[in-house]
Amino acid sequence: MNTVQQIRLAWKPVVFLLCLTPAVLVLTDALEITGRLGANPVEEIQDRFGYWALRFIMITLAVTPLRRLTGWNWPSRFRRMLGLFTCFYAFMHFLTWFVLDREIRLADIVEDLTERPFITLGFTAVVLLAALAITSFAAIRRRMGRKWQTLHNAAYAVGLLGVWHYWWQVKKDITEPLIYAAILAVLLGARLFWHLKRKKPG
Amino acid sequence: MQGCRDAHRSLTVLIKKTSDIQPSEITSETNYINRRDFIRAGAIAGGSLIAPGAISAVIPDTRLARLSNVAASPFSTDETPNSCEDISTYNNYYEFGLSKDDPVINAEALKTRPWTIEVSGEAEKTGTFDFDEFMKPFDLEERIYRMRCVEAWSMVIACVGISLADVVMYFQPTSTAQYVAFETLQDREQMPGVRGRSLDWPYREGLTIAEATNPLPILAVGIYGNVIPNQNGAPIRLVVPWKYGFKGIKSIVKIKFMSTRPRNSWNMAIPREYGFYANVNPTVNHPRWSQARERRIGAGVFASKQETLMFNGYGEHVAHLYKDLDLRRNY
Repeated sequence: MNTVQQIRLAWKPVVFLLCLTPAVLVLTDALEITGRLGANPVEEIQDRFGYWALRFIMITLAVTPLRRLTGWNWPSRFRRMLGLFTCFYAFMHFLTWFVLDREIRLADIVEDLTERPFITLGFTAVVLLAALAITSFAAIRRRMGRKWQTLHNAAYAVGLLGVWHYWWQVKKDITEPLIYAAILAVLLGARLFWHLKRKKPG
Repeated sequence: MQGCRDAHRSLTVLIKKTSDIQPSEITSETNYINRRDFIRAGAIAGGSLIAPGAISAVIPDTRLARLSNVAASPFSTDETPNSCEDISTYNNYYEFGLSKDDPVINAEALKTRPWTIEVSGEAEKTGTFDFDEFMKPFDLEERIYRMRCVEAWSMVIACVGISLADVVMYFQPTSTAQYVAFETLQDREQMPGVRGRSLDWPYREGLTIAEATNPLPILAVGIYGNVIPNQNGAPIRLVVPWKYGFKGIKSIVKIKFMSTRPRNSWNMAIPREYGFYANVNPTVNHPRWSQARERRIGAGVFASKQETLMFNGYGEHVAHLYKDLDLRRNY
């Protein structure tokens, strides 16, 4: 087995199951097998999916810097899967809001989307992620040509929108949003740094 | 974690009874007097148990100990109370951490005795009182109240406490007293949250004198007939059922009668989102979420939310207090 096959046949299923674990835990905690969801299970489910969406966009955006720093090529083989998991968790977070929190009451949903900026931000991120997920198939990627990369640069916007959404949502203490913002700043800052360095004449 | 087992048992009794009796009869049916506690209470009170007028409210210093001489109240709701576990594991108490599940762990070590309450300001009687001495003149009552958090969730809690109106009258506020201000203990050693700067400590709250002398507010010292768990604001906390939960200041150490409006912590922190009055009002939304509906804790994942009631359903007792007030501006 060469390295590519090893990644595809052995490592990808392992990473896939690992990425799915937080979602499985929501289910098993709801059934009180592994733990509990606490007094306000809807809030807990919504928060967990939201946090994992944020974590996964960070992990996905860490692939390129990791490859540049280490010279390893294998991390980029996982990028699409990580991106799709970002989309999955963001969508579950959205779905929890849509079904369990807003109870599919369209008037309430429109009110939230139009009057509460942090929800508008989060919703925009979910729409962008959906576009990225739909165009993630190899065949579509080939057909889109150079436009594909332009579209997929929206992953940076998703990171920014996600952190911004979280920042505006918290009640008072912004320590955690700040941590996510700092990580995002490093991930995007590294790209900017390399970009400027390459542009410099010399 | 402070256990709930005993409280659970009494709750089951309570629920069973409420189905076939009037709420005002609850306590006479499930009489809370536990003989051993009663004798201990008598010993603490030192014979003043059968004082003229009030029966002394004697609070055992043992955690979650049974409270005796608790009268029922006509103000109690007949809605099913939440489980003791929900009430004592899902708490907003920033002095003990920012997550709902922090206080149950971090408040475990809080020392609630000795405890003193300083009463000051525009009143005839002022001074610093030991907790037991402070409680002595008053009667214990059980009030089963709805609690609506500003975060759009709610619970029903069987609180045991003393009428705030009785307390206010006891200290004889002067004619200049227009407000009552409260402060929570601020102890960096015991309260990890106070070491951080999530709020400007100590936690502060206040009521107008008309609100404070309304028959509904109580100073609670128990839930489900037991001494109140630390994470719920032991040894004594305010309960104002027609206002959002953050008005219910916990672990009170100071009460001050004032001629000017005191500041309150959440208003100080984010004035655009939290006002002084904080009356439950489904028609005035929080800037970041709707207040029209609420999630009843314990109803389950797929239970639908319920309509939030004006003044949390206590309008008949309190609406008159605000008849000349624009509630949209005075949120």
